[in-house]
Amino acid sequence: MSTTPEPVLQATGVSKFFPGAIALDDVSLSLYPGEVHALLGENGAGKSTLIKCLTGAYKRDAGTILLDGKEIDPRDPQGSLALGIGTVYQEVNLLSNMTVAENLFLGWQPMRHGMINNREMVKRSKEVLSGFGLDIDPSQLLSSYSIAIQQVVAIARAVELAGKVLILDEPTASLDREEIDLLFSVVRKLTERGLAVVFITHFLDQVFEISDRATILRNGRIVGTRELANATQTEIVTMMLGRQLEEAKKERGKAVIGETILELKNYGRRGTIEPFDMILHKGEVIGLAGLLGSGRSETAGVIFGSTPADQGTATLNGEAIKIDSPRSSIHLGFGLCPEDRKTDGIVGDLSVRENIILSLQARRGWTRPISRAKAEKIAEDYVKKLDIRLASLDMPIRLLSGGNQQKALLARWLATEPDILILDEPTRGIDVGAHAEIIELIQTLREQGMALIVASSELEELITYSSRIVVLRDRRQVKELQGDEISIGAIVRSIAEEGGAQL
Amino acid sequence: MMGGTLRRIAPQLIILGVVILLNFIVFPGFFSIEFQNGRLFGNIIDVLNRGAPVALLATGMTLVIATKGIDLSVGAVMAIAGAVAASVVTAGGGWFLALLAALAAGLACGSWNGILVAVFRVQPIVATLVLMVAGRGIGQLITEGKIMTFNDPGLIHLGAGTILGLPTPVYIWVIMGGLITYVVRRTALGMLIESIGINETSSRLAGINSRVLLVAVYLVTGFCAALAGVVVAADIKGADANNAGLWMELDAILAVVIGGNSLLGGRFSIIASLLGALIIQSVNSVILLSGMPPEFNLVIKALLIIVILFIQSPAVQHAIYLFRASTPPHAPNENGAKNNQTAKESLS
Ligand SMILES: Nc1ncnc2c1ncn2[C@@H]1O[C@H](COP(=O)(O)OP(=O)(O)OP(=O)(O)O)[C@@H](O)[C@H]1O
Ligand SMILES: [Mg+2]
Repeated sequence: MSTTPEPVLQATGVSKFFPGAIALDDVSLSLYPGEVHALLGENGAGKSTLIKCLTGAYKRDAGTILLDGKEIDPRDPQGSLALGIGTVYQEVNLLSNMTVAENLFLGWQPMRHGMINNREMVKRSKEVLSGFGLDIDPSQLLSSYSIAIQQVVAIARAVELAGKVLILDEPTASLDREEIDLLFSVVRKLTERGLAVVFITHFLDQVFEISDRATILRNGRIVGTRELANATQTEIVTMMLGRQLEEAKKERGKAVIGETILELKNYGRRGTIEPFDMILHKGEVIGLAGLLGSGRSETAGVIFGSTPADQGTATLNGEAIKIDSPRSSIHLGFGLCPEDRKTDGIVGDLSVRENIILSLQARRGWTRPISRAKAEKIAEDYVKKLDIRLASLDMPIRLLSGGNQQKALLARWLATEPDILILDEPTRGIDVGAHAEIIELIQTLREQGMALIVASSELEELITYSSRIVVLRDRRQVKELQGDEISIGAIVRSIAEEGGAQL
Repeated sequence: MMGGTLRRIAPQLIILGVVILLNFIVFPGFFSIEFQNGRLFGNIIDVLNRGAPVALLATGMTLVIATKGIDLSVGAVMAIAGAVAASVVTAGGGWFLALLAALAAGLACGSWNGILVAVFRVQPIVATLVLMVAGRGIGQLITEGKIMTFNDPGLIHLGAGTILGLPTPVYIWVIMGGLITYVVRRTALGMLIESIGINETSSRLAGINSRVLLVAVYLVTGFCAALAGVVVAADIKGADANNAGLWMELDAILAVVIGGNSLLGGRFSIIASLLGALIIQSVNSVILLSGMPPEFNLVIKALLIIVILFIQSPAVQHAIYLFRASTPPHAPNENGAKNNQTAKESLS
């Protein structure tokens, strides 16, 4: 990638203040045509805020933006879209009660006789999506598809509309390797056409794979910009954290497995997950591996009762139990930190404090409110423990950065002190530093006797803490790996055994 | 915490102040209060008294709206409750039994709505529309199509009597509003209701029993509506199933909206809604006192309300905020200068 002297987009001195926080302080960024520019930094460093200031989603407090040398001042995301800046925000902002095709073409629908030409729209949607390896029916409601597919739809829309700059804020957080490869090949095609691409992620491997340069932010300030061809991961991580990253315990801690806590027999739900058997012991972590849509989240949901099982039996500590709702399982000592934090996790307008104590409060019942002082103490403890970056415990949780929301949700479940904790993609959107800490936390919880079930698409992480790994394919458990059998290679082999990755 | 509440209801207090000032301008005797026959008379007292039905409805409606719902049936429930109370006293049941029967009818209506919404997942606007339409018919069946009059002093007292000089309805809505606020804020109910209004899926997954809570809020609106129905019937000494509470659901919703509560659910303040009810009643009072021909009433009311909502609209609020904060508090000078420069450039 040759960097021509004229940047396509140049931001200078951008600042953004929030009550109680300086999110961006004099940040400058230059994007050259044909480059993939990674934007890196810890959770809360200001990456998403910078993007929003560039596209006009936020009103910046200072700074100028030049597009092709001309000053621009987009008032809202539509304004920047019209200028050729296509953006996928971290919280995908699509309309889930409209069809996939309508979402793709919103604002530029093909018209015929003054009416929306629906047939044409569906046809073109099919073409666009097949470019991303997606073979779905675009006339279905968006909400009927998984978050991964929704993510791909959002990306496809931005790609179609981006004339000069494409901005992707953590686009790969919910994607599998296969979709990531497709995305990257699309990105490469775009850069060949001279587009500049901004890529935000916490996956450093992906950064080095696709990006030419990286700009690192810390606490709202620029730390530096590096050509990636002559930089190392360690160097970049040190710039991000402002310190060296201590290696997480790599060796799989010999689990001290206790007595059986949960036993599921022939447990399943028609149309959701094929019946399976599972025995969970105290002090052990069962890892759930598989592709998107393979049934990882479905397994979690059936065990937790958010989509209750309709067949099979469950025994907890030797006693038969029936789980028909999250409420019943929470009372039995279960917890589930969900995959999709925006729709299934956070309660956006409630404060961080209220979000953290929500499950605990729900379990205590409405007649026994947790006092303000106690709630504050619980929340403060976890904010410290998980290093959640916030201006105040009273701020609505939706104002936290993505990774910090994720940590707050983790806090919600830890606060209930569950016996069985199910984590669905616990490190999604979490930065490298916190990533290592959460892995360590999982191991500590296990050593304290908690039983965990963790679903994750990051195999390296999964094999670090799991004592057993269950591999799923097509909503069925296909393999269980134990002890020395566990390796990334073995998992990948059993995932792929019959080939045919399906979304 | 007190400071927070005050900040929350400041806009409503200001609007109420302005509308009361309007009252004073059109009728300088607005504030005068007289004491005659053991009873206080005056326009202020009238506002507090006449505002009772809408204030009662707004109390329950606030909770329903906080859950992202709406209850269109409250006017019809008032009619049913009035009819039930009237038929019980005319049958010789005594005022207390009549009140209990009316409240029970209100709770029955509320549970019907609540079950449709929470269990059968009918959209609240549709679910409560059923009873809104059918309710007056039920009321007429109870009164056999007539205006059912009564003269039981105990029942009449609830609508037209006084306690220590103040009209009884004032006590009823103040106590009801205060009680529900107290219960909701002293327990975890308030937060749990807000939580399901903001994101029901997340709330359910966090272990909140959203079904029971939803039924509960519709029970509360049914109860409040029944109380309002009894007050109105007692005031006119008769149950008029055709006209009692007619269109009052709209006033109640308006009171909640003027109270700054979002129809999209979530954070709520009952006190602000009660102030909203008083604002509506004060607007009625201005129109009455100004001696304008009654044909204008609805138009003027609509205009005043448009102005109130306009002032509260996010766009105007934002403009006011920008006007006040023309210099960013945290921004160092140099950035402020740059900012101004950009603003100028983008203007030209
Ligand atoms: N509207 C807002 N009001 C107040 N504070 C805000 C608001 N939006 C963002 N912040 C704060 O600004 C900081 C930067 O947030 P931002 O979302 O840009 O982080 P990020 O780098 O994208 O992090 P992540 O990797 O977790 O997504 C955070 O501390 C956040 O709490
Ligand atoms: Mg972000």
